[in-house]
Amino acid sequence: MGQIEWAMWANEQALAAGLILLTGGVVGVAGQFKDWQFAAYGVAAGVFICLLEYPRGKRKKGTSIERTGQRYLTVCVKAFGPLTRNYYVRAGLHAVLSVPGGFMLPTVLGCVCVAIASLIYLLAAIRGEQWEPIMPRVESKERPGQSMKEPPTNPPPRPPAELRRKRQEDAAYVNPIPISVNSV
Amino acid sequence: MGNWVVNHGLSALILVVWMGINIFIFVYFYLFYDLGPQFFYTRHLLGPALAWARAPAAVLNFNCLLILLPVCRNLLSFIRGSCACFRRSMRKQLDKNLSFHKLVAYMIGLMTAVHTIAHLLNLEWLNNSRQGDYDTLSTELSEIGDHSNETFLNPIRSPSTTPSYVAFTTIAGITGVIITLSLILIITSSMEVIRRSYYEVFWYTHHLFIIFFAGLVFHGAGRIVRSQTKDSMYEHNVTYCKDRPLDWGKIPECPMPQFAGGAPGTWMWVLGPMVLYVFERILRLYRSLQKVILRKTVIHPSNVLELQMQKKNFSMEVGQYVFLNCPSISQLEWHPFTMTSAPEEDFFSVHIRSMGDWTRDLISKVNEAEKGGFLPRIAVDGPFGTASEDVFDYEVSMLVGCGIGVTPFASILKSIWYKFKESNQKLRTKKIYFYWLCRETHAFEWFADLLHSLEGEMEERGMLNFLSYKLFLTGWDHSHAAHVMVHFDKDTDVVTGLKQKTHYGRPNWEKEFEDIRNAHPMSTVGVFLCGPQALGKTLESCCARYSDVDPRKARFYFNKENF
Repeated sequence: MGQIEWAMWANEQALAAGLILLTGGVVGVAGQFKDWQFAAYGVAAGVFICLLEYPRGKRKKGTSIERTGQRYLTVCVKAFGPLTRNYYVRAGLHAVLSVPGGFMLPTVLGCVCVAIASLIYLLAAIRGEQWEPIMPRVESKERPGQSMKEPPTNPPPRPPAELRRKRQEDAAYVNPIPISVNSV
Repeated sequence: MGNWVVNHGLSALILVVWMGINIFIFVYFYLFYDLGPQFFYTRHLLGPALAWARAPAAVLNFNCLLILLPVCRNLLSFIRGSCACFRRSMRKQLDKNLSFHKLVAYMIGLMTAVHTIAHLLNLEWLNNSRQGDYDTLSTELSEIGDHSNETFLNPIRSPSTTPSYVAFTTIAGITGVIITLSLILIITSSMEVIRRSYYEVFWYTHHLFIIFFAGLVFHGAGRIVRSQTKDSMYEHNVTYCKDRPLDWGKIPECPMPQFAGGAPGTWMWVLGPMVLYVFERILRLYRSLQKVILRKTVIHPSNVLELQMQKKNFSMEVGQYVFLNCPSISQLEWHPFTMTSAPEEDFFSVHIRSMGDWTRDLISKVNEAEKGGFLPRIAVDGPFGTASEDVFDYEVSMLVGCGIGVTPFASILKSIWYKFKESNQKLRTKKIYFYWLCRETHAFEWFADLLHSLEGEMEERGMLNFLSYKLFLTGWDHSHAAHVMVHFDKDTDVVTGLKQKTHYGRPNWEKEFEDIRNAHPMSTVGVFLCGPQALGKTLESCCARYSDVDPRKARFYFNKENF
């Protein structure tokens, strides 16, 4: 599997994990479970992880496909510079975020999923991958050449009108369609 | 509207039937658990969450049965083969097997979510009941089982435990967590982005389904969903006794109620498909162990490798594909390739382009072998049939191939060549329109040779109008245009050397369909595509638009090949 960028899978896994953690937290809070504080944490951590993982990074090789509307979040994530670019930081962050989820049942699945995402990010970091933002492509306008800025001011050179007209008496036949300079 | 029915009617019907069965199962089991008198006391502890957990479980049983079936490709091939008496559209349905597999997978994911959330609530409430947080009836019900001769209702026996501990110490809990985790990993690695770019990750992670099914079968073995036994309901009148929980066992009308757990039922649903799938894999293994002779290897321009192989008892039809495995590159990976040879030849061939790890390694191994080494051993599974088999059933066929997607049509055109030479009467086709769209000129060579010979063949027999082909170069630029302008008057095309000139840019499909409809006003036209989805959508909508609902007039049927 030489060509794989593990970060792509880690990203999918982390996004799914964030959603699962969030859902577990919502269940814990809405159901007024005994350890609901951990559930509330699950909601907050889940939302944070989803926002962090939503913008896909740029692939080293091949086309990168953006998620719908990720441009705004890309700007936010990019603003943190090395904290979000480096995958060791992300792996550590996810590992830490996953721990409190393990204390209550609804969030335990989210905890394990975030931990797995953390491991895959660690693998990506060891392989030297980095998060690069996908920037919108700047369309370069096609500019005409320098000499073509103005329409021509002079007509093209032609011999005088008398020489161009064919003399009727010399013709072997009469053309039904009148001939002009441009006819083939 | 009529065109939509003609082209999509059967798919829509199957979807409606499938969804209908799902809804029926859900509602039936929901009402069974929500209204059944044997669950009265269970519902007192769990409320509506009991029914909300059991109904998705039933839907999950049904869908886990279904999910293994569309990926048994040998089984599907067999059904396709024996469908000779069925209408054309029945066989088209089997093309959509992968789409159905994904749809069923989404349903499994959704139902797992509902089921898990309901059970999270259940465990919490069961635990609270055991700790006496709720009313007297709940506490009494939870205490049943503490003494001998009592059968418990509340599976949580210890009054000082947590739902997490219970989850990880019951069979249902542990298997539930493990299989849900497997399901999540399978789903995240099956996302289109991962699947198209890193097939190996997708393929290996997908094998977690083995753990999924194993856990699923044992998930209900703990029998922790309890209901009141029939005998107990006869002796213990619920309506009277529910208000007197403290008198149970002391008054004759209310002996202690007895409970029993529901037997695990999932194995009855999934055992059949699991056995079928095991057969499928054994068949693949058996086929892979048979000897394959690598007769000839050719490296074509733009790094396309052609492998010509022979295998005992191997028989193919046009446009079929095989799976190749190269143990020296990877023991477990099988990759699909369409065959480019015709059934009339005594060998079968594939053209492989360097697209990822495996194909790159294969091409480099063959290159090394040419310098004086051994050719790698190849294993073959197949052939498997897809839509291209039908091309000779239509009076008129439109074949559209994009880039390397022209390979199934290479097989078809070669077969035509052979049938011509033998003057085979089985050929029902009267006219073929072939469109080849390609970005780069230098990928044309190996196929251009084939078209050369076909051209010559047709000219000899004076049947130049059997096959009409148009080549489209979609990636042209100014230098191309200039070159073509200069050589405009030449008889043959400057790019391919063929009599038929190369067109530039993309085809105007509206015009093509219009022309074909005008040329064949009474025929059924089969449209075959091997190419990108966007083009598939365009062609499909053109088929729908230019088809007449009247079966005597021109109708277009769309077939897409996909991998």
